[in-house]
Order: sequence, then structure tokens, then C-alpha cells
Amino acid sequence: MHNKSVAELARELESGKISSVELTREFLDRIKAEDSQYNSFITVTEDQAMADAKAADEQRAAGKAGVWTGVPFAHKDIFCTNGIATTCGSRMLANFVPPYDATVTANFRAAGAVCLGKTNMDEFAMGSSNESSYFGPVTNPWGRSNGEKRVPGGSSGGSAAAIAARLIPAATATDTGGSIRQPAALCGITGLKPTYGRVSRFGMIAFASSLDQGGTMARTAEDNALMLNVMAGVDPQDSTSADRSVPDYTATLNEPLKGLRVGLPKEYFSDQLSPAMEQQVRNAVKEYEKLGAIVKEVSLPHANLAIAAYYVIAPAEASANLSRFDGVRYGYRCENPQDLNDMYTRTRAEGFGGEVKRRILVGTYALSAGYFDAYYLKAQKVRRLIQQDFINAFKDVDVLMSPVSPSPAFVQGEKTSDPVTMYLEDIFTIAVNLAGVPAMSVPAGFVDGLPIGLQIIGNYFDEARLLNAAHQFQQVTDWHQKLPQ
Amino acid sequence: MQWDIVIGLEIHVQLATKTKIFSGSSTAFGAEPNTQASAVDLAMPGTLPVPNEQAFRYAVMFGLAVNADIGRRSVFDRKNYFYPDSPKGYQTTQLDHPIVGPGFVDIDLADGSRKRVRIHHAHLEEDAGKSLHEDFEGMTGIDLNRAGTPLIEIVTEPDLNNAEEAVAFAKKLHSLVSSLGICDGDMSQGSLRFDVNISLKPKGSDTLGTRTETKNLNSFRFMEQAIAHEVDRQMDILEDGGRIVQETRLYNGDRDESRSMRSKEEANDYRYFPCPDLLPVVIDDAFIQSARDLLPELPEARKERFKEQYGLNEYDARLLSDDAGLAAFFEETAKHGKDAKLAANWVLGEFTARMNAEDKTVARAPITGVQLGQLVARIADNTVSSSGAKKVFDALWSGKSTHADDVIEAQGLKQVSDSGALEQMVDEVLAEMPDQVAQYQQETDPKKQKKMLGGFMGPLMKASKGQGNPKLFTEILLKKLNG
Amino acid sequence: MTISREDIEKVAVLARIRLDEEQIPALEKDLGNILSLVDQLSAADTDNVEPLAHPLDAVQRLRADEVTESNQREAFQAIAPATENGLYLVPRVIE
Repeated sequence: MHNKSVAELARELESGKISSVELTREFLDRIKAEDSQYNSFITVTEDQAMADAKAADEQRAAGKAGVWTGVPFAHKDIFCTNGIATTCGSRMLANFVPPYDATVTANFRAAGAVCLGKTNMDEFAMGSSNESSYFGPVTNPWGRSNGEKRVPGGSSGGSAAAIAARLIPAATATDTGGSIRQPAALCGITGLKPTYGRVSRFGMIAFASSLDQGGTMARTAEDNALMLNVMAGVDPQDSTSADRSVPDYTATLNEPLKGLRVGLPKEYFSDQLSPAMEQQVRNAVKEYEKLGAIVKEVSLPHANLAIAAYYVIAPAEASANLSRFDGVRYGYRCENPQDLNDMYTRTRAEGFGGEVKRRILVGTYALSAGYFDAYYLKAQKVRRLIQQDFINAFKDVDVLMSPVSPSPAFVQGEKTSDPVTMYLEDIFTIAVNLAGVPAMSVPAGFVDGLPIGLQIIGNYFDEARLLNAAHQFQQVTDWHQKLPQ
Repeated sequence: MQWDIVIGLEIHVQLATKTKIFSGSSTAFGAEPNTQASAVDLAMPGTLPVPNEQAFRYAVMFGLAVNADIGRRSVFDRKNYFYPDSPKGYQTTQLDHPIVGPGFVDIDLADGSRKRVRIHHAHLEEDAGKSLHEDFEGMTGIDLNRAGTPLIEIVTEPDLNNAEEAVAFAKKLHSLVSSLGICDGDMSQGSLRFDVNISLKPKGSDTLGTRTETKNLNSFRFMEQAIAHEVDRQMDILEDGGRIVQETRLYNGDRDESRSMRSKEEANDYRYFPCPDLLPVVIDDAFIQSARDLLPELPEARKERFKEQYGLNEYDARLLSDDAGLAAFFEETAKHGKDAKLAANWVLGEFTARMNAEDKTVARAPITGVQLGQLVARIADNTVSSSGAKKVFDALWSGKSTHADDVIEAQGLKQVSDSGALEQMVDEVLAEMPDQVAQYQQETDPKKQKKMLGGFMGPLMKASKGQGNPKLFTEILLKKLNG
Repeated sequence: MTISREDIEKVAVLARIRLDEEQIPALEKDLGNILSLVDQLSAADTDNVEPLAHPLDAVQRLRADEVTESNQREAFQAIAPATENGLYLVPRVIE
């Protein structure tokens, strides 16, 4: 059962071949047996999950089951879960049990899905390798044959690794600069970052508010569509959530792709990409041509400025968003504070890890007197140029395709010595967040035995088209079905 | 050396909304600590602000009342600083795009002159919680019930030149926001708090001096004292050849002392930037109209109407129009009293004096405007004398009776105004006082004559048992004596 | 672009993060590298470009002024580091 997709499991539950209690037990047993190799979960909520599974079976017996009723899944540990520890991968929140649900969490509860626990992540979603978690690094299920441990990508590395290792069929995730797409690519699964505002951010612990977006991770595009059906929609508690109708994302999965106009941004096929990576991506694009797509080269002229703009805007917003972690009302407080300032400065020095502190300092610097115009304001202007690039590109094409990351999963510790080396992991994903458009990562082959992803970028609120394109690709390829050894 | 004083004010006005600016928590005063602090108010992780429409409507009402431009597109910014009563580590406020743009307020000064004070802008922001320093050994207690209460911060141009003007402006603003119903006006609970920026410059100079800011003055008296204190302090420094340090100061009204708040100044870099959790607020014509529809008659307009409609002078009209409650009371009195000027005299005289003496408010006065009006009507039609009227007022105020006519009847205070009966009494009294009549008629100085007239009034009032109409007595006397 | 030790210390004060002496050299290097990356921005021609604060060109929705929250002090203070008599306790604040 653990190799089945959400859609398949839903059918099994519907047909009565298996109960939610049995299914939940099977996945919990797998987590217990296998996760010591991956460290993909921070918290496993066994008792709660079994109770929820039982309730789901009762609901089904009463004839009130939906697609998600009784289906196991997990939440990235950035989504607040009422009564269940929500750590955001940080010592600061290691003891934090929120008395409220995120809107996303509440939506899955209402759909009857069974949450098995909270997945590991880079601290406060800051990282591209899942090595900055206070709860230890996550190991990618791929590429362990010669004894090496590779990163799963980040920041949603726990969700991606758990799905790749078949510990869970689906998991929520978030993406601020590539945190869904890059780990999905490195772990060989399918992930979707929706349009900014498509999914409520309420109860999703903020990193950079104008960039953060909750999204989906699963093995197939169809499962991503099933997840987005639960997650998308306007939320009165999130002023930035979009007040637009939500389609049934599964309804258009089987539309033919004939005539789909695909743009290849030339800036994303540069010498930063290895020939082997480029070849795999171009092979994937050829599959689309076989499906009837029309491919042309396009340009995103300001793409090369995306990383620079991002590393001003994201740290600036984070520096303010993380000020609430002050040891006063919840979370970590240092031992024996001597005075108020000692409490603040030691709580924050001890509660935050190195990367989080670096970004808070950079963001504070970028906003401080005398630097605001040169950094923050300038970055916001560049952000508009980048957005305009996408608007112009989508005048000519329906979707853009590119690699997700410059290389496949790298060995743990390889890029931790210099933060900038790590930042360049997101060189193909970050512009999407600055513009706020939706994008997916779809398994598209292997390089050196490691999975790589194809990025499909869509116009605003065009998630249905992305999912359709990804689903059709998965009908003619089996990269997403491959199992790590 | 002679100095010019330059004063600008920043006024924090708590808006009388039911809920906070960014959450659905109640703003009711006096709740147990932290019982009105929701997850949003406590800055729990992942929580987000959603702005209160009424806070914007109230701010727009204020803008309309001070003749200001309304910010059609206002933007919230984050002002970053750490303090335990500021749960997010930043205050959400408006820096560059406030809801209310430039406007003005006219103030009336004691010498009868009028001055225009320009409003630079007014912006919406959230209040902080409260720190309680007592009762905890070496610790401070934090109550976040107030955190997130909507405020408008009103910033004036430095148009005020002395404490009198500053206090006149502050009082005018207090009256304005109270009349609008956008603030409960309760200064003892901090509903209005004043920060005063003061600088001195050599008389006639165009260059502004270095200013200081004295924060959180919450009574008009403290404000007046604090300004006097700060002006003296700066003058002493400048006349000794010293320099003023730009700083925030705290004034202690009980001791008439002030001190520098250096801690607040230290590394004062607020790193403002637009709040990414909130979008620009667009105010359209329909919204402005909805605010305009809620505007009550404002004191200025009411004062003009009182002058026009009731024939009152400027001074009385202003006293009666500043407070909406007193104005309504007066209008009831005038309506039932037939004579508006007489009504004004009684409202501002006996009624106000009695309220002040017993520390009562108009709402809690034991007499209604209708009742006072019924009394005024009896004074106007000469049924009761002014001395008799005071007795009637006492009876009404003490609750012994509810209608002036009943008191006049019961206490026999009705004046005799039958001229035939009065003339007979005058004839009898004059017949008994031939010497005085002769003296009067020989006197040539009208002033002395007038004084001598009083000599007849005593016996006349005695003859009429106090019920003769003095005015009629005088008329008849003059007629008889002057033959 | 380099960032001085003084700048780092100043920023750490603003951000209320205690830095130990031995952390500073590494931060000078790391933050210097990040700021060099960021300095690519200065090459962009942004004359007449409006800053973009938000990806969607949307306007704020406003909430009706109705009380929707009830007292949850007990639940909130159960996860607080220090409380007494319903108040959050912090080391003495001196103004």
C-alpha cells in the first residue's frame, strides 16, 4: 500500500479493501522502522493519528466520506497544529505547542485527512539543504549506495524525503525562494508552489511575508491537485490571500497538451548548468513536443538580479518577522536573565541557529538608516523589473520550462562553509517567488543516479494548467515512479 | 534676551471602536489582565493582522472635521523596536502614506482672537500594552489588553507659541474627538495623550532652535505646567550660553520635574518598511460619504448656529457649544423657556455653578433641560421674580418637585403683576412717606434720585408680602413721583 | 562590499542578538560575501521604476468592527516562560 498514490489510496479506502486504521498503522510502522535513516520527522503523532483514522473510518461507515477521508499525510513543521508541537526547526520553538490551527491545518482536518506528524525543515525555512534544522539534518533517500549521505534540499526537505522514502504519500510544504521545488527535484517527487496568495498563510510561521507560499508535495501531479483542492482559497484571516474562485484542479488534468506554448528562458540554460543536467531537461522538453507542445526560446532579462534582490527583501522581512521571538510570551527563554537586555540578547543568541542569525543581521543592516534606499528600495525596484519579465514572457507563451536546481543532490556538509554557495542553489527558483507566479517541480530523469527536476512556471493563478502539463508528462514518463534503493 | 517659543503637538487619540485595529478582541476598559489579548495581539507565530473598517471610518471622520485631505491610498509600515509591551517587536503604523493629510483647526484665545493651527497629518497605528512595575520582586508584569487598540496620531505643524495656545488647541481637539464620538475622551484612562515638541529661538529669528519632546502628558494642567517648565529649562540653558540637546523628556507633574529618557534615544533606528502582511487601503468616495453621514454637528458649526438662532453673543455661544451634552441641555431649556438669552444665563449661571459645586456631569444632573426651561418661562413672563426663581431651582434640583409651576404654587412665589393692586399699594406707601417724597422731588442729580428710589422698594415689597413685581413697582413709582 | 566590525556590532544591538567576540570574524566574512552578492543590484537601471512591495496588485479588505475573540488567557499563558496573576513577567524594565 505504501507505494500507492493518494488517488489510489482514496480508491482503496472507498472500495473498502482497506481501512484508514490499517493504512495509518502501516505508514506509522514504516516511519518507526525507517525514519532513523532519514530524520524526516520532528514529531510523530501516533496516538492522535490512530484516533483520527478511527474517526475517519466511522465517518466513511456513516456515508460521509470525501476523497481525503482517512488518507494519511504529514505537515511541514511550519504549520501550526492545535495541541501539537510546532517547532519550525528551531530551538526557539522546540517547546512551542500552539493553541490554534493554521488555516491549512484546519482545512485538512475538515477534509478528514489523517496527519501522522510534523516533518523536519531548515530552521525557519531558511536553507536549501535541511542542514540548518535544530533537530538535525535530513538525509536524502537517494544516493546512499556508496555510504555517502546527501541532502534532500530545503527547506521542505523533511516532507520531500519522507515522500521519496514512501513513509507518507503526501505532505504540505512551503516555498519562499525554492523550498518546495528544489527538495522535490532532489528527492525525485512532484511539488507545487502556488501563486502567492492562493493558499492562506495564517498559522504558517512567517519567514518573508511577501514571498512565503504554502504548497504541496506528493509523488504525482494528480496528488498535488488533490492537495491544492483542500488548501486553496481566500481566508478572512490572511489579508494577502487572493479572493478568487478555486477550480477543481483534478478536472483539467487530462486536457490534451496540443498547442501548449512552452517558453525556455535562455538565462536558465546558461553555463551555470552542467551539460548532463541540461541534457535531461532538454529531453523532458522533447517529451512535451511529442505531446504537441510548441517550444520557443524566451528571455527573462533581469533573471540574473533575482538572487541579489531576494537576499535583501527576504532577510529584511525576516528581521522584523522574527522579532516576536523575544522570550516573553512563548518559546525559548534563556536561563537566569540578568536584566531585560540580557534576556533579549541571550534568548535570541541561544534560540536561533547560525543561518537565521546571519539573515536577521543582514536584514537589519539593509533596513537601517543610511542603507534603506541603496538596498531595500533598490531591491523592490528590481523586483518590479523581474515581475515585468514574467508578465512579458506570458504574453507569448503559456508556461516556462527550466531546470529546478543547477545540480542534483549534493553531499551533506559540501556547501555549508559559505552561505553564498548555498544561496546559489536557488538561482532558477527565486525569481518565481519575487514575481509571485506559480511553479512546479516534476521528476525528469537522473544525473549520476540522482533524480533531477523539470521546473514548469505558469502565469498568475494558472495552477490548473501546470498540473495538467505535469500530469500529462507523467502519463508518458515513469521518472516519478522510481524508487530509491 | 527675548525668545520666541515654538510648540508642535503630537496627540495620540484612542479610537472608540469595539475591537482592536488588527484583531477581533474587545477594547473594553477595565478587564482582567491579558483576557482581551488574542493570538494576533500576542503576536503568536503565524498569526496575521486584519484591519478594522471602523478604525478607518473614524479616522476619515476626523479628517473631514479638520478640513483635511483624506489619504485615498494609505499604507501600513513596520516601526521596529524591542520592548516587552510591543509583542511583535514592531509597531504597525503609517509613515509615508497616512490616512489623513494636511488640515487645520481654528482655536479661540482668551483675548477674543482666533488662531489657525495647521495639522501636518494624522495616521492610524496600534497602541502598546502596559508595563506594571509594582508588586513583582525585581520583575515587570506585562498586560497586553491595550496592545492593538486603534490610535490616530495627530501631528500639528509648529504653529503654537505659548502654553495657553497649546492648551486651547488640546482642549479644542478633545472637544472635537468627543463630539465626533470617535474617542471616549476619558483622559484619566489615557484616551488622549499629548507629546509636546518645544524649541526656542531669538525673538524674530527665522531659524528654528533645537527641540525637545516631552512625552505622554495626559491632562491639560500637566501640559501647561510641562510647557512652562521646559521653556524655563531651555531658556536657562540658552542664556547661560549652553546648547539644547535633541531628546525625549519625561515630565513628572506631581514634582514639576523633568528628566531625559536617554534609554529611548539609544540606537534609535526604527528601520521603517512597508508591512508585507497588509495591502494598501483604498478609500473611495462611497466610504468617505459613509463617514460624512456619521458626522454630528461640530462645535464650531454649533456655535455659529447658536449665535444666529438664539441671538447669543460669541462668548456664551462658545461655552454652550463646546460640549455636545451641555449644548443639547441648553437647547431644551431654550425651547421650553421662551427666552433664549435668559435660558443661556441660567444654564451658564445657576446650573453650571451647581454642577461644578457638586461635581456632576450634564448626563447625571438631577434636573432636565425641559424642567429648567419651564422655570425660565415663568421668569420670562414675570410669574416669578429672580429671587423666587432661585428657590424654585433649589426645589427642582433637590428633587422635591419636578415642575416649576408646582413649586411656585406650593411656596406662594407668584408675583403680583395686577397693576391696579400695585398702584394702590404705591399710593398707600407714598402717603406714609411724605418727607422722602419731597426730598426725592427736590433732588436734581438723577443718580441720587435713583438711589432714593430704592428706599421706597423695601416698604413696597413688605406691603406686597414679597410678591409684587419689582419691575412694575418701579414703573408706577417713577410715574407717581415724577408726576 | 565589506562590513565593518562596528557595523556588525551595531546591527546586533538593533536585532537584540548577543555576539561573542570569537563569532565576529566569521560574520565579517559571511556577511561581507552576502553583501557583495547583493551589490549586483547597483548595476540595475531602476530609474522611473516603482518599487514593488507585493506581487499581487490587490487592495486591503477590511473587517467589520465586531468582537470575535474570547478570553483564552489560560491556554496562552500555559505556554509562557513566566507569568503571575495573569501578567507576563520579564526582568525589571527601567525607563
